[in-house]
Amino acid sequence: MIRWRNGAAALAALTAGLASEAFAGTGQPSPWQVGMQTPVTESAIFLNAMHDGVNIVIALISLFVLALLIIVIVRFNEKSNPVPSRTTHHTGLEIAWTLIPALILVGISIPSFRLLKMQVELPKADITVKAVGHQWYWSYEYPQDQGGGFGYDSYMLDPEGAKKANQPNLLAVDNELVLPAGKTVVVQVVGQDVIHNFAIPSFGVRMDAVPGRLNQTWFKTDVEGLYYGQCSRLCGANHAFMPIAVRIVSPEKYAAWLVDAKKKYAENDAKPVQVAAE
Amino acid sequence: MANAAADHAHGHDAHADHPTGWRRWVMSTNHKDIGTMYLIFAIAAGLVGGFLSIMMRLELAEPGLQYFSNPQTYNVFVTGHGLIMVFFVVMPAVIGGYGNWFVPLMIGAPDMAFPRMNNISFWLLPASLSLLLISLFVEGAPGSNGFGGGWTVYPPLSVAGHPGPALDFGILSLHLAGASSILGAINFITTILNMRAPGMTMHKMPLFAWALLVTAFLLLLSLPVLAGAITMLLTDRNFGTSFFDPTNGGDPILYQHLFWFFGHPEVYIMILPGFGIVSHIISTFSKKPIFGYLGMAYAMVAIGAVGFIVWAHHMYTAGLALNTQRYFVFATMVIAVPTGVKIFSWIATMWGGSIRFSAAMHWAVGFIFLFTVGGVTGVVLSNAGLDRNLHNTYYVVAHFHYVLSLGAVFSIFAAWYYWFPKMSGRIIPEAIGKLHFWVAFIGANVLFFPMHFTGLAGMPRHYVDYPEAFAGWNKISSIGSYIFAFGLLIFFYGIFKAFTSPVRAANSPWGEGATTLEWTLTSPPPYHQFETLPRISGGDH
Repeated sequence: MIRWRNGAAALAALTAGLASEAFAGTGQPSPWQVGMQTPVTESAIFLNAMHDGVNIVIALISLFVLALLIIVIVRFNEKSNPVPSRTTHHTGLEIAWTLIPALILVGISIPSFRLLKMQVELPKADITVKAVGHQWYWSYEYPQDQGGGFGYDSYMLDPEGAKKANQPNLLAVDNELVLPAGKTVVVQVVGQDVIHNFAIPSFGVRMDAVPGRLNQTWFKTDVEGLYYGQCSRLCGANHAFMPIAVRIVSPEKYAAWLVDAKKKYAENDAKPVQVAAE
Repeated sequence: MANAAADHAHGHDAHADHPTGWRRWVMSTNHKDIGTMYLIFAIAAGLVGGFLSIMMRLELAEPGLQYFSNPQTYNVFVTGHGLIMVFFVVMPAVIGGYGNWFVPLMIGAPDMAFPRMNNISFWLLPASLSLLLISLFVEGAPGSNGFGGGWTVYPPLSVAGHPGPALDFGILSLHLAGASSILGAINFITTILNMRAPGMTMHKMPLFAWALLVTAFLLLLSLPVLAGAITMLLTDRNFGTSFFDPTNGGDPILYQHLFWFFGHPEVYIMILPGFGIVSHIISTFSKKPIFGYLGMAYAMVAIGAVGFIVWAHHMYTAGLALNTQRYFVFATMVIAVPTGVKIFSWIATMWGGSIRFSAAMHWAVGFIFLFTVGGVTGVVLSNAGLDRNLHNTYYVVAHFHYVLSLGAVFSIFAAWYYWFPKMSGRIIPEAIGKLHFWVAFIGANVLFFPMHFTGLAGMPRHYVDYPEAFAGWNKISSIGSYIFAFGLLIFFYGIFKAFTSPVRAANSPWGEGATTLEWTLTSPPPYHQFETLPRISGGDH
């Protein structure tokens, strides 16, 4: 429903204004951060808003249980209450603590199912790219029929390289995945050797890269910038050292980049990807 | 000997001459001796598993590589920590240890139904642990020792990614541990269904026995699936099959389904006995019968049953179809309802009680709160949509350590301080148990609570190193682990004090609230108990 989404966006904006901005990095974590990274796609904004809501619910439940325990500790210890009661049944209470949690769960499930549908159902793609997980780097392929027809590898920069690039260590890569703002991007995710996972927290995207299986996920953001993610499936020795970096640029810059990249990566003899017409 | 004296006092001369020396233990068919061996085994394995985790926290205390020059070795430590804690610490402690000790005592049975099978159930475990430890020292991934693919052992990393024999040792280890557990499960089911004292109907049976009954069914139904899956893995690795190899028509996702069909019931296997333990402790020290007994018993049955149909919530990012994910979201959420029934029934049991805050009660109340915290983050994770940003992050690590390390492990310590006088006839000073609780409670929270934050911020699991931004909370977590480890010193000091002090435990040291049958026996119980079966009177709950 549109109303929920607007509400979700407003709530996200509110929380972003109140708390997140100070702590949460956009596209990367920041020191002492306690919440999610700032969301920049519709589904990630929804995800964050829903998490904020559910987080309040679970905090209240935990505090409620804690409060009951404190009451019990204060009122029903052997000093304050030397004679125990023998009550072992209360049908009304038992029905209440079965039904009320069930109703809370139903309440949670309504936005949950909507979010899930938004994430899993692919919209029509403006751009399709393929991300292939390898031990231990990513490679990206741009299909020919969208002005691409090239592919390239993306390795983590060493600490000095990251420093030189003025980017965070362990997140910075040599060749970023470059994509335009305001376009619906479908990412085909596949593993070359073992299972990897293509994750970008600010986009609310996380998809296993499974050998022999073409998984697809999508995102669309209007916010230009550099967004980092990290491989999120244990894939061997250098699992921690194959980050993902996505640079979102204006469509004009993207068009220019495509032309340059085509020349730059031409010698990579990458196999062009066939994209099924949708 | 104390046992013999007790037996004489009861007039059972024929049984005073039980085997002594190594025969008493190695060839034991006595449920109490076997239970003791399980507990000692779990403590020993816990030290190994704990050492591995302290090494991990030392490494993660700061960004950069401090102790693990080869990151794969870190992965091996993570994997070893998980497997040892699950299969060789928690399960032996709660099922083999406390289950063996107290199920027969609580239901008024002289011993387990199959005493010799009980012996082999235990002795398979040291063999199994030996195989797992050997696997740490043989080649796994090219150029490094041990298997480093996580306790879930996902292919293709566990096949093509680890050509060395380390994982073959690991698989055989799991086979032995699984066989041990299946035999144990058969023993518990048979004992509980057939050997209850006259008059003890199912609806009068203590909740710990209910918990073990449900646990045993979960073991019996889930472990064969694990055995099948890892056997397929073994043949994929060694005999040219390709069940999970996509280049030959296999499917790595198939393995994940099979593994989690076992793996999810497994987490309830670890926590259900804890539910039973906590129920007895709460009831004993509140001096009240358990509130809503039938609801408590059938909540465990419900958790066990539903636990079998939620497995793919571990696979939300595997690329499952929308409707599949919808179903698993729904089914997973359902589990929160019976779990809530248990939490509130425990509180209602205490409500109106006259509570004595013994050491065991500290641990039990701590369990209730920390398990609640772990439970509600489980509700967050059950939503596939939210899991999209949390899967395989430290949020998940925080969640399952709150339910296991602060849930199952707290229930193990609760049971320790509750039943230690019964098992040993000796007393751990209450102050030591309480001090241990507070140190562990603070340590575990300092250790695991910040992991919610790093997880929400996106820090992935199984990472030997992390970006600078995560450094602060990781430092805090590491400090928490040192505090928790210090608590273990207090734990061992308590045992030392108990065995060096002349004080002996009364038969029912916890007073009138302790109503189950084990408290009618001597402390420690005679070598053979209930030669005349107790008769249980009174109505059902």
